Amino acid sequence: MTELTRETLTLNMGPQHPSTHGVLRLVLELDGEIVRACTPVMGYLHTGIEKEMETRTYWQNVTLVDRIEYVASYMEEMAFYLSVEALMGAEVPPRARGIRVLMCELNRIASHLLYLGTAALDLNISSVFMYCFADRERFLDLSEMVSGQRMMPGYFRAGGVVADLPDEFVPAARAFLDEIPGRVDEYARLLDDNLIWCERTRGVAVLSREDAIALGATGPVLRASGVPHDIRKLLPYGGYEEFEFDVPVLTEGDAYARYRVRLEEMRQSRRIALQALDRLPDGPVLTNDRKIALPPRGELARSMEAVIHQFKLVSEGYHPPPGDSYVATESARGEKGYYVVSDGSNRPVRVHVRAPSFYNLQALPAMVVGRPLADVVVAVASIDIILGDVDR
Amino acid sequence: MGQASILDRLRPHVPWGLTTPKEERGRAILLATPGVLLEVLQAARQHLALDALVDLTCWDRLPASPRFEVVYLLGQAAGSDRLTVKVLVDGDPPRLPTAAGVYPGAAWPEREVYDMFGVVFEGHPDLRRILMPDDWEGHPLRRDFPLTEEAVEFKGHTPKVPSQIIPFFSPHSPSGSGGEPPPTAP
Repeated sequence: MTELTRETLTLNMGPQHPSTHGVLRLVLELDGEIVRACTPVMGYLHTGIEKEMETRTYWQNVTLVDRIEYVASYMEEMAFYLSVEALMGAEVPPRARGIRVLMCELNRIASHLLYLGTAALDLNISSVFMYCFADRERFLDLSEMVSGQRMMPGYFRAGGVVADLPDEFVPAARAFLDEIPGRVDEYARLLDDNLIWCERTRGVAVLSREDAIALGATGPVLRASGVPHDIRKLLPYGGYEEFEFDVPVLTEGDAYARYRVRLEEMRQSRRIALQALDRLPDGPVLTNDRKIALPPRGELARSMEAVIHQFKLVSEGYHPPPGDSYVATESARGEKGYYVVSDGSNRPVRVHVRAPSFYNLQALPAMVVGRPLADVVVAVASIDIILGDVDR
Repeated sequence: MGQASILDRLRPHVPWGLTTPKEERGRAILLATPGVLLEVLQAARQHLALDALVDLTCWDRLPASPRFEVVYLLGQAAGSDRLTVKVLVDGDPPRLPTAAGVYPGAAWPEREVYDMFGVVFEGHPDLRRILMPDDWEGHPLRRDFPLTEEAVEFKGHTPKVPSQIIPFFSPHSPSGSGGEPPPTAP
């Protein structure tokens, strides 16, 4: 009698595969349907942003940081400029702080909508995808109002933001925020009443609390594994200590828990954004320090000093003192921080991006080994990776 | 954000003579030597409950020596304590013990530092390139690795080096536009 041999099959998933949310390649060892080993292979979207940033002045770099986590650009700019401002000791006026928090939280809602839509689409629930993208469109319109850009806004500056909110923005933002709870409830109904969604996400791609902490996972992935870890609460930055909000935490650690955490985070982000709108103080949106921020356009016609400042800033930028800085922020995917090293010149010597997607993806093998191949799709979607963030 | 007390709590557990503590803008920073690095990380993990490796990176101090500074940012799950551990390392290739035994999450960032700077982490389970192609030569984030344009197949096109594309401003020249070239290897 011949003995059955247990051969494994090596399967390449990606880099061109719709459910990898970009160009991620997974080398899977399959025993029948069961994944025995999973090796993510990255770098297909590596564009050398960290190297490029060393050759650009600080304020040219905002163009590059936008493109790292490209669906959460406002949070990206927030993290970069907080780090640069810490280096320079720059003050941000209260109105600018409020606008920054407001835009970040609107961006977080949009980013989670993108997660929800694509995660549902991976399980062939295309109506939720359409609804989510229609809602996300409204955030893109708001972004266009304040910055002129729908994505990659380039709206923040060291010491504030580049321009004040336009008049039509506040009513439009309120209308958007007023609809969010109803829309979120509707998505929850659409998905929770869907047997396929529940069966495919409950108990799937489970990440234990210990593994999540050990592998450096942050953000909704960590909070769905039972760790109440939110930088906005633990190490408040940019004025978050003034806002009231809750941090949703679930203990199941599966794809369904991550989905529930993100749904609740959208409601909490709305709370923060409404508080920011209600309390938005009057005043300037950019610091008065002419060594850091451009003088207002009108001053150029009257003041020679303003012309000199304008010339110095445009031609060479500002020079942070030598040293390094790191400010942790809570991006839509987890902890985002920029490690910036300055040698006193107008360009950083080194910029390192602490990319939440990179660390969260490290937890993928722990989620899928021993599970069927079809669960890999659910696991990748539930981490909500952005390959621009993984590969930089 | 007073994180300095964390250095006091660490004091009994690490060889203080081989490490230099400092506090900078609210960040607790410890300068360690390669020999005591693992001891420091283990002490931070066991005695300070810093159970998460938040970030691991490196930068090239060229032309200074030792050339590389590897930076470990330790954090706490559901807590706000933070400790930055910095290690200066030199050599060709520079070598450090791997932190993957203490913090499993160090596996990928150490691969990234190896890929970008060529720092070899001894005892690492799987030290391969992570972002650059496997057959890539050199370590792109080193300061002496040139950032060049890819040649375009047009007649009369000569690829530029970045200092030609963007004039290099020196912090010391009075006009701010010194035209000083980027640093090169000694």
